[in-house]
Amino acid sequence: MNKQKDASIPTIPTKARLSRWFGRNLIRIYAVFGFTYLFIPVLYTFAFSFNDSGKSNLIWKGFTLNNWKNPCGAPEVCSALGNSIKIGLLATTFSTILGTMIAFAIGRYAFKGRSTSNLLIFLPMATPEIVLGASLLSLFLVFHINPGFWPTVIAHVMFCISFVVVTVKARIASLDPRLEQAAMDLYANELETFRRVTLPLVAPGIAGAALLAFSLSFDDFIITNFNSGTLTTFPKFVYVSAARGIPAQANVIGSGMFILALLIVIAGQFVGRKVKVSK
Amino acid sequence: MSNALSKVKMPYLLLMPGFIFLFTFFILPIVNLAQTSTQTPIVGGDTGQYEQTLHFANYLNAFTENKEQFARSFVFALCATVLALAIAYPLAYAIAFKAGKLKNLLLVLVVAPFFVSFLLRTIAWKQILGEEGFVIPTLRNLGIISQSTTLTSTSFAVVMGMTYNFLPFMTLPLYASLERIDPRTMEASGDLYANGITTFRKVTLPLSMPGVVAGTLLTFIPAAGDYVNAAILGSPNTKMIGNVIESRYFKIVDYPTAAALSFTLMAAILILVTIYIRKAGTEELV
Repeated sequence: MNKQKDASIPTIPTKARLSRWFGRNLIRIYAVFGFTYLFIPVLYTFAFSFNDSGKSNLIWKGFTLNNWKNPCGAPEVCSALGNSIKIGLLATTFSTILGTMIAFAIGRYAFKGRSTSNLLIFLPMATPEIVLGASLLSLFLVFHINPGFWPTVIAHVMFCISFVVVTVKARIASLDPRLEQAAMDLYANELETFRRVTLPLVAPGIAGAALLAFSLSFDDFIITNFNSGTLTTFPKFVYVSAARGIPAQANVIGSGMFILALLIVIAGQFVGRKVKVSK
Repeated sequence: MSNALSKVKMPYLLLMPGFIFLFTFFILPIVNLAQTSTQTPIVGGDTGQYEQTLHFANYLNAFTENKEQFARSFVFALCATVLALAIAYPLAYAIAFKAGKLKNLLLVLVVAPFFVSFLLRTIAWKQILGEEGFVIPTLRNLGIISQSTTLTSTSFAVVMGMTYNFLPFMTLPLYASLERIDPRTMEASGDLYANGITTFRKVTLPLSMPGVVAGTLLTFIPAAGDYVNAAILGSPNTKMIGNVIESRYFKIVDYPTAAALSFTLMAAILILVTIYIRKAGTEELV
């Protein structure tokens, strides 16, 4: 009632003020909804990692810390996690090395066949995962190589390379060429310039690419499913156990990885800032 | 002289190991796949034994048998891409221009759900939207949906799951291209009496097109070949081409049909992508 009176005096009416505030913050409100959508299943997974559920984690039965105290409590879950980490680390190492070399070649040199090279890097990204997985499996079968650990590593390196190249290439393209020229002006030879100027400047891009490669490899299911044979990775474990109920330990591991990744990224940001300040 | 020569050789030396790898484990398998796609079963052979007979009718048969699943894959992928763009664009815009100090943190939060396995998150959606979840009873009590309506095992659930899973792939390239825009170009547009909408239409959107193209491709391509969302959130009535290829491979051991389907899918995607990139007029990605 009070507001009705206020509106009669010549100030901005509440309704207009409200709609103006709304207009100005619309995009922020929208972003909040976007993040809510992104995080609903994450929160659900986290919440149900505390569920005192027994074998199948479908209905909330009560709060417990037992799953977190004993993350390997469910059969196979930790060996699957171990396989995923091993495959992820190997795939990350190889794809980061090979991809970074390609990125330097494409990003730094003008040479015959450069556009063909770009196309070869783009093609694996434009091929659906199921085709990549199926075609690689057919090749392994032709050569009588049984699907398993190493075929899976090879498959992961194959689809990670392109993402590494694109990430590192973007970083190389954003470098200021004058920094390298300055190093040369100060009598650094090519190798020294590369080691002391170029590489440190590109390093954050390489680190980002490695992180991306690891997360792609760790989370991959489709290509892995084709090439892993009887080997169980974490995503495969989740998929297979979905039919009979996923143990809460899987939620613990999913949530744990999430927290770990957040910590790594935040620590990385912190280190990055310190380096910048000390310069 | 030797220096100049090594300069010429250098890019090839850098490319070689990676390209040998890609040739062996990407190109060769695709060629082999093409070869498998025209094989037929060996007469009197075991299941899973095939011989090369250049039987191109495999393609026709595979396609006519699975027309419906093909169409559904592309329609679902298109819906998911459009929805993801509608959600991701404002999100990326807010992070690039309105987040201030929170920018980096918010960017990390976009990628963070990746680390909870996407299968766990998809299954979480299944349970949230399922009979035991909290969404269905609430909507029923409010009378928004009837007692018999379900959310899981529907096309809606599959498209929603795909939109959700590929959202970061859409948001990141969008953010990257929006972030590069000099805010002064938008101010200049305002100075020239353009209102917010005109500025967006004539300045911001065209400048962010490389991100739109990259994001839509990174969403559409995996979505068209996806079978996990359809397997978890869908029903036999929402099968996509990925589900057919998967079952041909593992359950029926019909490699030629699976290969023909894979090849058709890949060709269809490549054609669409090429037309799209031409139309959108950006060479940045390739």
